[in-house]
Amino acid sequence: MGSLGSHAARIPDADSIRRETGFSQASLLRLYHRFRALDRNKKGYLSRMDLQQIGALAVNPLGERIIDSFFPDGNLRLDFPGFVRVLAHFRPIDDEDPGIRDPKEPEPLNSRMNKLRFAFQLYDLDRDGKISRHEMLQVLRLMVGVQVTEEQLESIADRTVQEADEDGDGAVSFLEFTKSLEKMDIEQKMSIRILK
Amino acid sequence: MSGRGAPGPRCGLLLALLLALGALPRVRGVEEQSGGASQGFQVVSFKWHHVKDPYIIALWILVASLAKIGISSLALAAWSGAHSVPHWAFWDTGVNLSTKVSSVCLLRTPLLGAKDAGRFLPVIYWTDQDIAQAPPSAASTCAQAPQSAPSHAFVCIQVGTRGRGRVALPESENAKTATRQLQTPVSKTAAVGFVPKTPPVADLGQAYRKALGNNAFLVCEASGATGPVEAEAPAAVPRAILLNGVSVTGPPASCSSHALCAIGSPSFHLSHKVTSVVPESALLIVLGLVLGGIVWAADHIASFTLTPTVFFFYLLPPIVLDAGYFMPNRLFFGNLGTILLYAVVGTVWNAATTGLSLYGVFLSGLMGDLKVGLLDFLLFGSLIAAVDPVAVLAVFEEVHVNEVLFIIVFGESLLNDAVTVVLYNVFESFVTLGGDKVTGVDCVKGIVSFFVVSLGGTLVGVVFAFLLSLVTRFTKHVRIIEPGFVFVISYLSYLTSEMLSLSAILAITFCGICCQKYVKANISEQSATTVRYTMKMLASGAETIIFMFLGISAVNPRIWKWNTAFVLLTLVFISVYRAIGVVLQTWVLNRYRMVQLEIIDQVVMSYGGLRGAVAFALVVLLDEQKVKERNLFVSTTIIVVFFTVVFQGLTIKPLVQWLKVKRSQHREPKLNEKLHGRAFDHILSAIEDISGQIGHNYLRDKWSNFDRKFLSKILMRRSAQKSRDRILNVFHELNLKDAISYVAEGERRGSLAFIRSPSTDNMVNVDFSTPRPSTVEASVSYLLRENVSAVCLDMQSLEQRRRSIRDTEDMATHHTLQQYLYKPRQEYKHLYSRHELTPNEDEKQDKEIFHRTMRKRLESFKSAKLGINQNKKAAKLYKRERAQKRRNSSIPNGKLPMESPVHNFTIKEKDLELSDPEEAPDYGAEMGGGIEFLANVTQDTTATDSPSGIDNPVFSPDEDLSALSRVPPWLSPGETVVPSQRARVQIPCSPGNFHRLAPFRLSSKSVDSFLQADAPEEQPRTTLPESTHM
Repeated sequence: MGSLGSHAARIPDADSIRRETGFSQASLLRLYHRFRALDRNKKGYLSRMDLQQIGALAVNPLGERIIDSFFPDGNLRLDFPGFVRVLAHFRPIDDEDPGIRDPKEPEPLNSRMNKLRFAFQLYDLDRDGKISRHEMLQVLRLMVGVQVTEEQLESIADRTVQEADEDGDGAVSFLEFTKSLEKMDIEQKMSIRILK
Repeated sequence: MSGRGAPGPRCGLLLALLLALGALPRVRGVEEQSGGASQGFQVVSFKWHHVKDPYIIALWILVASLAKIGISSLALAAWSGAHSVPHWAFWDTGVNLSTKVSSVCLLRTPLLGAKDAGRFLPVIYWTDQDIAQAPPSAASTCAQAPQSAPSHAFVCIQVGTRGRGRVALPESENAKTATRQLQTPVSKTAAVGFVPKTPPVADLGQAYRKALGNNAFLVCEASGATGPVEAEAPAAVPRAILLNGVSVTGPPASCSSHALCAIGSPSFHLSHKVTSVVPESALLIVLGLVLGGIVWAADHIASFTLTPTVFFFYLLPPIVLDAGYFMPNRLFFGNLGTILLYAVVGTVWNAATTGLSLYGVFLSGLMGDLKVGLLDFLLFGSLIAAVDPVAVLAVFEEVHVNEVLFIIVFGESLLNDAVTVVLYNVFESFVTLGGDKVTGVDCVKGIVSFFVVSLGGTLVGVVFAFLLSLVTRFTKHVRIIEPGFVFVISYLSYLTSEMLSLSAILAITFCGICCQKYVKANISEQSATTVRYTMKMLASGAETIIFMFLGISAVNPRIWKWNTAFVLLTLVFISVYRAIGVVLQTWVLNRYRMVQLEIIDQVVMSYGGLRGAVAFALVVLLDEQKVKERNLFVSTTIIVVFFTVVFQGLTIKPLVQWLKVKRSQHREPKLNEKLHGRAFDHILSAIEDISGQIGHNYLRDKWSNFDRKFLSKILMRRSAQKSRDRILNVFHELNLKDAISYVAEGERRGSLAFIRSPSTDNMVNVDFSTPRPSTVEASVSYLLRENVSAVCLDMQSLEQRRRSIRDTEDMATHHTLQQYLYKPRQEYKHLYSRHELTPNEDEKQDKEIFHRTMRKRLESFKSAKLGINQNKKAAKLYKRERAQKRRNSSIPNGKLPMESPVHNFTIKEKDLELSDPEEAPDYGAEMGGGIEFLANVTQDTTATDSPSGIDNPVFSPDEDLSALSRVPPWLSPGETVVPSQRARVQIPCSPGNFHRLAPFRLSSKSVDSFLQADAPEEQPRTTLPESTHM
């Protein structure tokens, strides 16, 4: 473990990243190694191709969208801070530091709201802040096997939207989205223990 | 002996069992001889005489039952060849008894018996006349339909030998006419199935499915010649009901569950008000004390006491079996590490510290003069240390803490039995030996024996679970005795491990845990209900008896020996050390758990360490010759048990409330949660992949693979392997609830007449082809629901009904989702059986997604290259979707918010539609909505949905979606509404419509209208207050 310091030093801006994401030194290091391993030809950033190479992602129904979420705003390059920033959404919420936080500081990336926002963005393709019926249908189509007919899918999508839709505009806004999931233990459901 | 005449392999099995039975007494002789000579502590001992009586009884029951399997299957083989019973019955197509047949039976069960079944079920009658040619005769045939099919829920028409599904419209018309002629209150025209007389079975299924969608009844007749149609067809046909020539398999609807239910709620249960404050267990103890006092006052002899034999052999097993059989497996195994730590380390810690501290205080002389040594204290510590499953269950079930907390405390109380048994046995034998003779070897033996006892007990349980699952696989023809096996075999596991001096509680717990999946899949619905109620009844009864007898046993001056210091210190020590132990272990555990156990949880866990009857029974077992201060121990144990159960049980509820411990909430499942939850799972596994971490589901994956590949194949009926689904169980339950509430409603009104009232005109649709795969129940409950809305005037019951309807509907959709959503990696592998899925479903799924992904990538690559902008692509995509939609759907989409007038449209209008299928698409809008918004809609939709709009690169799917959005017309009448839009899209110029069969169109209409009828019911839920609905 003596070499830890020297490794950490290799990560550019390690301190500011840690401050932003809340990852521990060890996790950050592990993620850095992972980042380097994904970076096939050592260009210093990840391209979509790099992520698409991960075999399991190709069979994940939402894989493509999740890759998209790593490349916001049409970026083609993903640098390490960006990589970690996305992953930081899935850090379990630690209960040591509630309340003490400076209200002016932005919410930590792994807060419930941010976790939900991450998920919401996967649905909200056109970024208008609403999941329309059409978008819901697309997600459903991704996640549901071909055995289900289009009508079934549509009626499910309808129902789902209707269930969450409170103001009657036929779309699920982020507020409605969080409301529909308020009983769910998002903090737990959207966390990966190892990413502490 | 019953099996004497029957040859064959089954008899071999029987014979072997008999031999084993005969051999046991001899073994027992051997054991008794060797038993006298044994000295010192033994790792394993063989105690046949302990368990002799119950064992023999249980074994005989098992043998007899097995014999019955053999005999009945032989007899059936002989019988089923020739017989054809002209009688209504449901024919098990061999695929999925539980979904198909019993779902029908399901409704029958709580209703007023088979006679009334017809009023609730879409009774489908089939005649082999071609009705087009012979309507009158069809009608008369219908009239001759079994008397159980009197008034409603009609009529499914089969078209004789016409072959595959060419049920043309006129025929349906005639069917309807026939129906109308038949019944005065014309009610039901429904989807139509067809069955060629001697069907090429595979074709039958497929064609049928094509015709009616996933979701219909197949009704066919097996005339004597056809014989039982064999099982391939049903693979494609979700439900088949075979009428009129039938091999009856299951016992018809059984009322046993109800009887049991009545028995199962024993009168001990005191009034709700009291028990909401005071735990029942505490009340029972007090009651027992009173009773004991009365008995004592009467003849001064404590004649009723809780003897260890009765407790361990007859009262404890049902409770533990109940716990194991209904254990939430995923939760249990998810927290297994935590549970084990608490159970093993925690119990040892409690025993050691309590014993040692008491000994320390004893040495200081505070307790006065006692004839005890260190070992006695340790013995006492070991028996008082263990948290008691009975007490924990009794108290925690009323407290409703969250699942994790509950499973940890409860799991600990179950699994610590091994530790208790070992510690108890070790120290008892040490005490017997005398402290000075204990050698290091004995201690090592003690440690070894812990592993033997715990692992051995578990192994025995698993082996018996395997046997049990295997046996229930073959009970298809003897449904009646199925439940018996569950009890007898698990009881045998208990006795066997007791006999081998292994941990009996572990054995029966694991027997329950391991077999539940397979048994529940194998046995019939009725048997499952029977098992459930019987088990609950036995457990609840046993629990009641235990607590009462604890109270009664306490009233016995001969066992009382008071030592204030000892009693008080024991109480203090067990509480304090429990708390310390919990805090220490939690501190360690929290470093490894994702769900942290917070301080509040720890308080509840420490406080919930209730001691109970196990400790009492163990202490009573002590031999006064060896343990001189037995009575002191007994009375202290009683005090401890009373203190924990009464005082802590009483205060834990306020404590939990005061601390605001997260409670478990029973909430309705919501579609959003389901969908997003599944999405989250996918997201997590993707993130795990990206971040390069190995998920924590590795072991579970391995296990479920193993289970899917081998265990399920061996232990489950082939039919069950395909179709058993957890969601389906929930679904069944919900529907059962529906049906019951429906009947309750009927009873409240004094009759079920309201079902038959004229307003049932709007019960047009038995909903055979709504997109709800394999849910007879769904359709049935739709049927139930519709007529109600028009009739029911009672707001409360209406609300209640609506809720249950919503449940059902949600469940139906949930079911669809559950079934067809791609499983996230860590999940799809451990699901053991899914409806209609091939074993290598995961591969299929992977391939599907893979293709999709690749195609998409290719597209985006192309578009990037060609410089097509995103919008255009989106538009294109959208266009394709729409095109597909057009191709796929001939139904105007369901769930259209329509106004209530829909309820009142009459059969006349339907006739109109039926006669002219071309008008069908417009029908939805016309029927349901007001014309005024229809007009708006048409305008709007032509604007947005015109072909030019689609190709317009500026077109964004979003705008269009706003057009798609549904707003209840009564909210904003000017808004756009889909129906007509979609209707327009679907004007049957597309040839796709024509490959559908007429019945489908017919039924689609019913569906549609039903869905409309449905819409106003759910709309106001979110948008409007109740009153508007009425």
